[in-house]
Amino acid sequence: MHFADGQVPEEYRRYVGRKAALIGVSAVALVLCLMAAISLGAAGLPLSAVAKSLAGLDVPRRVDAIVWNIRLPQALAAIMAGAALSVSGAAMQSILRNPLGSPFTLGISHAAAFGAALSVMTLGGGVMASSQGDAVNITDPWLTTAVAFAFSLAAAGVIIGVSRLRGATPEVMVLTGVALGALFTAGTMFLQYFADDVQLAAMVFWTFGDTARASWAEVGIISAATVLCSAYFIANSWNYNAIDAGDETAKGLGVRVERVRMVGMLLASLLTAFVIAFLGIIGFVGLVVPHMVRRVIGSDHRFLIPASLLLGGLLLLLSDTVARLILAPHVLPVSVLTAFMGAPVFIYLIIRGQKR
Amino acid sequence: MILSVSDLDFRYGGHQVLGNVDFRLEGGELLAILGPNGVGKTTLLKCINAIHAPSSGAVLVEDRNVLRMRPHEIALTIGYVAQRSDSARLTVFDAVLMGRKPHVKWKVADHDLKIVDSAIRHLHMEHLALRYIDQLSGGELQKVAIARAMVQEPRLLLLDEPTSSLDLKSQVDILNMLRHIITEHHLGAIMTMHDLNTALRYADKVLFLKNGRIHSTGPACQVTPEVVEEVYGLPVDIHNVSGRLMVVPAA
Repeated sequence: MHFADGQVPEEYRRYVGRKAALIGVSAVALVLCLMAAISLGAAGLPLSAVAKSLAGLDVPRRVDAIVWNIRLPQALAAIMAGAALSVSGAAMQSILRNPLGSPFTLGISHAAAFGAALSVMTLGGGVMASSQGDAVNITDPWLTTAVAFAFSLAAAGVIIGVSRLRGATPEVMVLTGVALGALFTAGTMFLQYFADDVQLAAMVFWTFGDTARASWAEVGIISAATVLCSAYFIANSWNYNAIDAGDETAKGLGVRVERVRMVGMLLASLLTAFVIAFLGIIGFVGLVVPHMVRRVIGSDHRFLIPASLLLGGLLLLLSDTVARLILAPHVLPVSVLTAFMGAPVFIYLIIRGQKR
Repeated sequence: MILSVSDLDFRYGGHQVLGNVDFRLEGGELLAILGPNGVGKTTLLKCINAIHAPSSGAVLVEDRNVLRMRPHEIALTIGYVAQRSDSARLTVFDAVLMGRKPHVKWKVADHDLKIVDSAIRHLHMEHLALRYIDQLSGGELQKVAIARAMVQEPRLLLLDEPTSSLDLKSQVDILNMLRHIITEHHLGAIMTMHDLNTALRYADKVLFLKNGRIHSTGPACQVTPEVVEEVYGLPVDIHNVSGRLMVVPAA
């Protein structure tokens, strides 16, 4: 075919430019909020001191200690966890062609919670250490993390295994995930029933998603996983757009639909498993943020995925900062706040969506 | 010759869906595949562009064996308009741009945008370019799907019931437009259909499937009542109305 008379429509260029600008603004907002989050807390720090400390300039040792040992790791953990959960949710919703696609509706977080409970109960693993003063502290948090991670991956493995047997359709994946979620919830309840009060406290505490658990080592691991998986998701934006148009249309455009679905599902699960294993369960971010971004920027994954990445990070950073300050000197786990905020926001989005 | 299908068989779960399918298609020709529900029309289209892997046989597009190509190469050769296309929240321009996927390596170039713009103009949809496709009518959505297949710059277009859910005017608009594209670009095109009268009006050739095998094939103007009755099990009369064949159930 020959299409000689086409022009590049200026209106389309402006339209794409607006989306790129929105992503740029989100990036700038994220940096500014990071500075603000580091400066706010029980010991207030001026923004200028925070900026100097981050730039490696000369500041009092106390400021450096607060910034580099306490607040920056926690803030970065919040950004990376929010970004990871949000981008995983966006990818899962597309791969599964289901608006409820998220690590939590697919049983991956339930599997992690079961793994942590099993570690606490039978392997002598302990509760995560946390930089918050009133947290429960027990020995060997890495064992709990490792077992939770292993069970998350096992859940993803079962979903992918069943999909290989029955065909990698969205229905098979979602239904397998729902069944696994129920199974692991039952397993966790079983363990909790027989746990003593210390073990029970440890199990329950582990499920509270809390960014204060992260040290630099955890931040490094979560960041590396987030960057690598996000790069894969961004590289596959066209494929996800094509799958949105239907499996047959996507195949007609040369997309290996089953392979894209399997690999995407595996990486989204892996990324979620890293976050949950290190920080606990942080609900609703993976579900709600992609829907919020879709309303603003549309469903084009070339923009949806980077925007979800940035907005997820921004939202969890803001939530984490509020959770630290709202009941000061007590500190709320951020997962409590995201659940409180997420549910009404989700209902609002549903109502807005139906009115449109 | 654009397309040559030779001795194509397709089995699913031990059941033979298609057997001994054998036909040719020249550039600029539109072939309508006809037959009762469940006879294998859609399956045949999916075998031609290797969405389904045939059990045996060969599919050659301009002498290249489609069944040995990678999916990406097939998409550069064959444009496929599925029966149903979902409506994500993309603009018309972006939805059509998706058809450039097989050509784009990493970044969309101005060349790709110009082709999309041209295809949208060809289909008279420039006023809809920045509208989200979930706000379009069925006919407009079908035009988007056809434009997407066009910008793939294929040699062969496969259309699965392209007018099945459209009103009369949209059907006529889309089929006139398809006829124009096929002639102008000298493409081969195959569409599955249920409406015999529409097929006889727009197609150059027809192919009747019965029980997964070709019952008969030939020029659309030579279809006889006997063939239609044998395929559908319904007696019909075929009238010539102002030079056009009209199939009506026998009184």
